[in-house]
Amino acid sequence: MLKGGVIMDVTCVEHARIAEEAGAVAVMALERVPADIRASGGVARMADPEIISAIMEAVTIPVMAKCRIGHFVEAQALEALGVDYVDESEVLTPADEANHVNKREFTVPFVCGAINLGEALRRIGEGAAMIRTKGEAGTGNVVEAVRHMRTINGEIAGLTTLPAEELMSAAKELRAPYDLVVEVARAGKLPVVNFSAGGIATPADAALMMQLGADGVFVGSGIFKSEDPALRARAIVQATTHYEDAALVAEVSRGLGEAMRGLEMGEIGKENLIQFRGW
Amino acid sequence: MVERCGARGVAIKRPSGLNDVSGLIIPGGESTTIGKLIDEYGFTPELKRFGAAGMPVFGTCAGLIILSARVKGRHGTVLGLADVTVERNAFGRQVDSFERDLAVEGIADEGRPFRAVFIRAPVMEETGPPVEVMASLEEGAVMARQGTLLLGAFHPELTDDERIHRYFVEMVAEARRPG
Repeated sequence: MLKGGVIMDVTCVEHARIAEEAGAVAVMALERVPADIRASGGVARMADPEIISAIMEAVTIPVMAKCRIGHFVEAQALEALGVDYVDESEVLTPADEANHVNKREFTVPFVCGAINLGEALRRIGEGAAMIRTKGEAGTGNVVEAVRHMRTINGEIAGLTTLPAEELMSAAKELRAPYDLVVEVARAGKLPVVNFSAGGIATPADAALMMQLGADGVFVGSGIFKSEDPALRARAIVQATTHYEDAALVAEVSRGLGEAMRGLEMGEIGKENLIQFRGW
Repeated sequence: MVERCGARGVAIKRPSGLNDVSGLIIPGGESTTIGKLIDEYGFTPELKRFGAAGMPVFGTCAGLIILSARVKGRHGTVLGLADVTVERNAFGRQVDSFERDLAVEGIADEGRPFRAVFIRAPVMEETGPPVEVMASLEEGAVMARQGTLLLGAFHPELTDDERIHRYFVEMVAEARRPG
């Protein structure tokens, strides 16, 4: 029941407490935030269980943790630790370049990234209980988050207008399970919640994603890479709750200090984009 | 769901919205987060007044915690309207979530129980004299009523079964009837 809320990346107990205090509905326990993973390179793996357990002890809100794409043993370990959700995440270095984790074998719910409807439905087909649009993690640039949310919602809208006999062909085009395509065409929405992630750095960014139809937002580097994390975290929570209230978004955006510096997509280079990890 | 039960549902995000409704559902979610936000927006005194005035309020899961008088362990704002002591996450973490067929007094009997979905759910460990317990598990009460307050530890909105919502809509209708 995280709908309408903000999920924040945290790397230590102190940050987890700041996030909880600010009104986060959950935290994502990590060793490094995506901006640091991007900067330092190397292989990014599941966080040290020591850190995850310490964060689980410190807060009463749900704790999520990331495993590498296809690394089902990291997922098993996280489930054994008792985390509340596992994020099979492209932010970490993939462990399998063809297959994702078979999430149906687990009790713990999974969240997975997607850049389009086909990817979202493949993940749901594997058992994901929650989708997040990927955006481009660690950039502080919301442009990719917007692209992915518009893409998915546009593709859903497109499906709802199709006659029944065209849905198999649509499933083929989307590379998505037929039954889920039929379900989405009928309901006009995904069968699970869809949050927005990857590049949200300001209260206005969060409200933008909510107005574009996100069920909630993940904020990764945007909070703890900014000048005043506690103030910004609180402001992002307020803007997410009251995303349609422009005066409030303006008010909470006042005097937050500097946002994370951010990266322009052109600076990164296509080969370094992490949103294309996932199959 | 409330619309299917013949009522009109609106989302209340500001205290002023309470003037336009005749009943309120405080939904599930993270009670820590909800507690902070109701304080932030000056909801706390308004909600207390709303409940004390005999306007029906249904708290589910986190909403039950918010309505309660006492919470075990560390917790922020609660309204103190319902004379119950609540234990948060009484069944454990997310992975310990479960579904159970429940008999609910006045709503669902053994023959046609209510399929209740418990997610990081609280229980009412102790209930005061004004509270009528409607359903219990080993850990404590999971559905109860205190006058115009309805308290549920689980998520009745996650199944297609409308009986609990209908019961609450009827409570609201009753409260509106003159005399």
